[in-house]
Amino acid sequence: MEPEAKIETVDLNLHYGAFHALTDVNIRIPARNVTAIIGPSGCGKSTLLRCFNRMNDLVEHTQVQGRIVIDGEDILAPTTDLIALRRKVGMVFQRPNVFALSIYNNLKFGLRIHGMLSRADQIRETVRQGLEQVGLWDDLKDRLGLNAQSLTLEQQQRLCIARVLILRPDVILLDEPCSALDPIATLRVEELLRVLRQEYTLIIVTHNMQQAARVADFTGFMYLGRLIEFDDTQKIFTNPGQQLTEDYIRGSFG
Amino acid sequence: MPENSHESVASHTVPHGPEADRPTFWTRTRRRIGEPVVEACIRLSGLAVVAFVFLIFLFLLKDSLSLFREYPLGQFLFGTQWLPISDPPQFGVVPLLLGSLYVTAWAILICVPLGVGSAMFISEVAPKHLKNVLKSLIEILASIPSVVLGFLGIIWLAPVLRNTFGLSTGMCGLTGSLLLAFMALPTIISISEDALTGVPRTYREAAYGLGATRWQTLWRIVLPSASSGILAAVMLGIGRVVGETMVVLMVTGNAPVMPRSILQPLRTLTATIAGEMGETVGGSEHYFALFAVGLVLFAITFAINFVADLFLRRARK
Ligand SMILES: Nc1ncnc2c1ncn2[C@@H]1O[C@H](COP(=O)(O)OP(=O)(O)O)[C@@H](O)[C@H]1O
Ligand SMILES: [Mg+2]
Repeated sequence: MEPEAKIETVDLNLHYGAFHALTDVNIRIPARNVTAIIGPSGCGKSTLLRCFNRMNDLVEHTQVQGRIVIDGEDILAPTTDLIALRRKVGMVFQRPNVFALSIYNNLKFGLRIHGMLSRADQIRETVRQGLEQVGLWDDLKDRLGLNAQSLTLEQQQRLCIARVLILRPDVILLDEPCSALDPIATLRVEELLRVLRQEYTLIIVTHNMQQAARVADFTGFMYLGRLIEFDDTQKIFTNPGQQLTEDYIRGSFG
Repeated sequence: MPENSHESVASHTVPHGPEADRPTFWTRTRRRIGEPVVEACIRLSGLAVVAFVFLIFLFLLKDSLSLFREYPLGQFLFGTQWLPISDPPQFGVVPLLLGSLYVTAWAILICVPLGVGSAMFISEVAPKHLKNVLKSLIEILASIPSVVLGFLGIIWLAPVLRNTFGLSTGMCGLTGSLLLAFMALPTIISISEDALTGVPRTYREAAYGLGATRWQTLWRIVLPSASSGILAAVMLGIGRVVGETMVVLMVTGNAPVMPRSILQPLRTLTATIAGEMGETVGGSEHYFALFAVGLVLFAITFAINFVADLFLRRARK
């Protein structure tokens, strides 16, 4: 009944120096769905997410044990091609982090570094498709030379999503992508995520439970570096299997 | 009470309570007299700076104009011979101007790529302990007096250049350029390094997250984001090179002739003023000619600063 797992971790442990940030995480994330990771602040949601495209490699003194299997391959293996991995598993961050470049060049950067540049008209076409997918094209088509940082935060975050989409990823990681946005912009971005779930595997970290309930098909609840429970969103929010999950959902702590 | 609210900065170390909030005699007096006085002082010093610059300019202009009463302006600006003690004397500024241009241009050509490259190495590549060593080393470099550098230029660099290029003398333009470049390096490196380090971490994260390599991130994202700071660093470095007198006076060979190559002895505007001022009689034609040279120098530095400002303002946008 459960769809195939796109990402599967086996006894995943992560230490930041002496701090044990993830403990024995075993999670199976299904393909072409939206999976939400919820839990109180500091419980390791971002850390887990950043494991999936090995962004934690950038943090000094990080140690990872266990396995992370994506499409049957252990991405923790030393032979992993990080560049290809990060193209396949794109990431959208908490604060929109567009480059101080034009809208067009923000998108072109990814194409360039992956050697996906072809003729100028093809790049334009790719850029157009990317912006259309995130609903920015009509607003911005005449202003592609504008510095991306002059856009509204919602537009910037959409641009960040487009920047990932045009690289044709399989998985998109979103780390509290709406926390810098107002409620209306948040709803609109959530709508976008629901459209994208038909083609991509989306994993969204959020500490907003309503958001998880609105957008996610599956939800994992984390607490103090452990994955406490993972199930259908419906089940997690109506009939959780663990007392801890129930307490959190009811707002007893966090 | 309401007028008390803006006093909170001054009294924040004092324990709160009704006693602490009541203005003492001293604070009341200070408020009534102190603030206008401080304000006047600040305004005065600002005005003084403007006045000084203006007076210097007037002074230069007055003495320079005295030259042009006896010596034609065209001949000064376009003359290719600087022979102040021949009869009749020649005050053609072109050889000096070209001398300055050659030495400065080569110094910039050498120090900008080297300086920005070093800054990139320190901020992006070097491990932490090496980074600290290099940074303190650069601070030491910045504190070497220019006379000492000039001395090293004479006894070490000049012979080396003579032998390498097979010159008749090592006291030439390139010796000066190399030393000037060396002097500008610490400024360029440390300010560029600050600019690179100041690029938000989120940009790098975004670039790595898209699959960029360290080099791609540095070249296409970090460097452009730091460009206004790097430009400022380069401008300040150039400012140091253009205004420097001591080193070029010591090592460039002191030959006020039309330079055709950087490997030839030449003389700059600054070296001419510094070198000849002691030999002139006050009020003579030669004396005024040196002021005219000073005016040319003033115009050049003014233009450079103006352009630098323009650049910086545009880069900041
Ligand atoms: N670079 C780091 N070095 C040391 N500790 C870290 C680092 N990043 C995160 N942590 C710690 O790991 C824990 C989990 O962090 P994080 O994954 O960011 O939590 P969340 O996203 O759930 O709020 C926190 O206690 C945090 O203090
Ligand atoms: Mg987080």
